[in-house]
Amino acid sequence: MDRVQFLIAVSVALFVVGLVGVIIRRNALVMLMCMELMLNGVILSLVTFAQQTATVSGAVLVFLIFVVAAAEIAIAIPIVLLLSRQRKTLDVEAYSELKG
Amino acid sequence: MSLESLLLYFFAAAALLGGMLMLVARHPMRVAIALIGSMVSLACIYAILGVHVIAVFQVLIYVGAVMVFMVYVIMLLDLRDRSFTSKYGHLLVPGLGFGALLAVVLAYAATRSAGPAARALPNGDPGASFLIQPFSAEFLREYWLHFELTSVLLLAAVVAAVAVIKGGRRNDG
Repeated sequence: MDRVQFLIAVSVALFVVGLVGVIIRRNALVMLMCMELMLNGVILSLVTFAQQTATVSGAVLVFLIFVVAAAEIAIAIPIVLLLSRQRKTLDVEAYSELKG
Repeated sequence: MSLESLLLYFFAAAALLGGMLMLVARHPMRVAIALIGSMVSLACIYAILGVHVIAVFQVLIYVGAVMVFMVYVIMLLDLRDRSFTSKYGHLLVPGLGFGALLAVVLAYAATRSAGPAARALPNGDPGASFLIQPFSAEFLREYWLHFELTSVLLLAAVVAAVAVIKGGRRNDG
């Protein structure tokens, strides 16, 4: 296994661990952090390919992902704060009104 | 095996270990600490690869801004609710199965496609264009519009966050 394949495997593993965390954990803040882990996995694959092809565009895309992640957290945290203020819980299974 | 690859494997293992700890830790603060460890290990991997700009961004933006924000929120909201006593929802078994399936499919796709494509690429000095100065010059020459658009996105995010907080306060009375 060469270095590129190894790094892609690590990024796949990080993405899958993050996705499993989003699915199985029930704390809203922990789910948000697992989403950040998924983003980190994607960023690792982007950096690997950008470094392999020696093009700047992959690193620029990573920069844009950083900005989007910061914006996502800036929106998501107030929403979590509002939810916890209404129900006094971070358990996502307490918020099931939209379930059919 | 060179020292560089040894460090690469070490930090990759540390990043994966941090991810695994995020799945099993009970308190959100421990999850945050594990995520910070994972992110710092990834920053070290980027530094080893020679992508210094991304390593700096990773530490400054992710660990320095996003995770500090997250840690503050966890400190403010120390709720010992049901998600604290039983940390997994009812999707535990299907979630793990789906994750294993996805890992197999993605790993298969990655090992099948990454091999020949990686060999066909030019093998010059890949790290040179990722030092801070050449990267910044290239970035602001080619991608200045995207750079400016990110500031619009951040402004929209700030306005939306203020609107969410204000709206919630009005509903509370």
